[in-house]
Amino acid sequence: MGEFFSIFTGSFDVFMEGLWLTLRLSVVSLLIAIVIGLFFAMLKISRIKVLEIIADLYIWIVRGTPLIVQIFILFYGLAEIWLIPEFWAASIGLAFHSGAYIAEIIRGAIQSITKGQTEAARSLGMNRSLTMRRIVLPQAFRRAVPSLGNQFIIGIKDSSLASFIGLQELFGVSNTMGSNSFNYLPYFFTVAIYYLLIVLILTIAVNQLEKKLAVSD
Amino acid sequence: MTEPREMIRVEKLNKSFGDLHVLYDIDLKVNESDVVVLIGASGSGKSTLLRCLNFLEFKDDGKIIIEGEQVEADTHDLNKVRQKVGMVFQHFNLFPHKTVLGNVIEAPIQVKGLSKKEAIKEGKRLLDKVGLGDKYDVYPSRLSGGQKQRVAIARALAMQPDIMLFDEPTSALDPELVGEVLETMKELGEEGMTMVVVTHEMGFAREVGDWVVYMNEGRIVEEGKPDQIFDQPKEERTKAFLDSIL
Repeated sequence: MGEFFSIFTGSFDVFMEGLWLTLRLSVVSLLIAIVIGLFFAMLKISRIKVLEIIADLYIWIVRGTPLIVQIFILFYGLAEIWLIPEFWAASIGLAFHSGAYIAEIIRGAIQSITKGQTEAARSLGMNRSLTMRRIVLPQAFRRAVPSLGNQFIIGIKDSSLASFIGLQELFGVSNTMGSNSFNYLPYFFTVAIYYLLIVLILTIAVNQLEKKLAVSD
Repeated sequence: MTEPREMIRVEKLNKSFGDLHVLYDIDLKVNESDVVVLIGASGSGKSTLLRCLNFLEFKDDGKIIIEGEQVEADTHDLNKVRQKVGMVFQHFNLFPHKTVLGNVIEAPIQVKGLSKKEAIKEGKRLLDKVGLGDKYDVYPSRLSGGQKQRVAIARALAMQPDIMLFDEPTSALDPELVGEVLETMKELGEEGMTMVVVTHEMGFAREVGDWVVYMNEGRIVEEGKPDQIFDQPKEERTKAFLDSIL
């Protein structure tokens, strides 16, 4: 226990760097994922067959292949045509992946808003995009917050896969330090604690947001 | 006397949902300041007819003429048309994420481009008018059904429509809350608003209506002044319907 404690405190600075990278990867990839998710959710509800098929195809490919394969294809595969930096290969790979799940979450939330809301807005002279932006999406977003929070947690943990293309984010740091010291276990415990803390903070934040959005209930 | 201005004219309107033919050759005329009440059993097509008038449903064929202009879904900007034709729904359809005042000022700001200040001033005036002057900042979930429906009426009025459509506005209300909504509608009618009302409230139809239209199975069976329809219906089917509900 004493050994673990000294490893935990002794590795603090290195892990902080890893944490910083993990946070940057997560935030960047999730922001891109939200844009991708919104875009494909719109395609899915567009009622235009070819757009729906494009969205289905995207979701099928993402859900049908492991994330690590997607990241490797982006980083090693595309490197033959275009050398993409590790950070961006990982961010885009993660965003591409989360985007599919977020698209489904948003689509479900939009479709859960009753038709009466759209009709009321249209009857006031609001056009389709105004109705979507001002009436449907704000309500859908509220309903999607718990699922989105869940997806963000998954996204943060998935960012550990970025270590496989050489990024020294949290998991990469623990792996490197473990192999340098031939003593993996304390470092894996250490990194687990960091992830638990991030997820705890995010969970609390999502709960707070839910409470704040519940004022109209 | 000058000829009354014609606000709505419907000619030979037909509408089907798939194989189900719900409106047959409907002809209807609504003059300015008239309160026209559509009555009939559930499924008689009256709500569908109302929804065709602001293009929430599209007719199959026939003409819909709003304020002298024949409106076609593919050539007209329906958003413009809908600004002139307000609608109140059975289930209120208030925006739950916006306050009472937020519901009322949304479209005037976003659609008409009113400044927030102007919209709030007008919104408050309308809410005062429907008796909700103390509820500006409340969310709809805190209101009774009757209050919700009055907010919905104020919201529609905020667009300064020339015509108001009411689709069974009291059918979702507890009996004790029906009166306050009908009272608001009555005042509106007395102020000269042109109204088309689908309702099962025969007292309202008789008292406030200028013209009553009885529909059955997608057809207009009989229409006339309230006294004539309620006291001396010509058609057997009208008689049978009135006997069944009164």
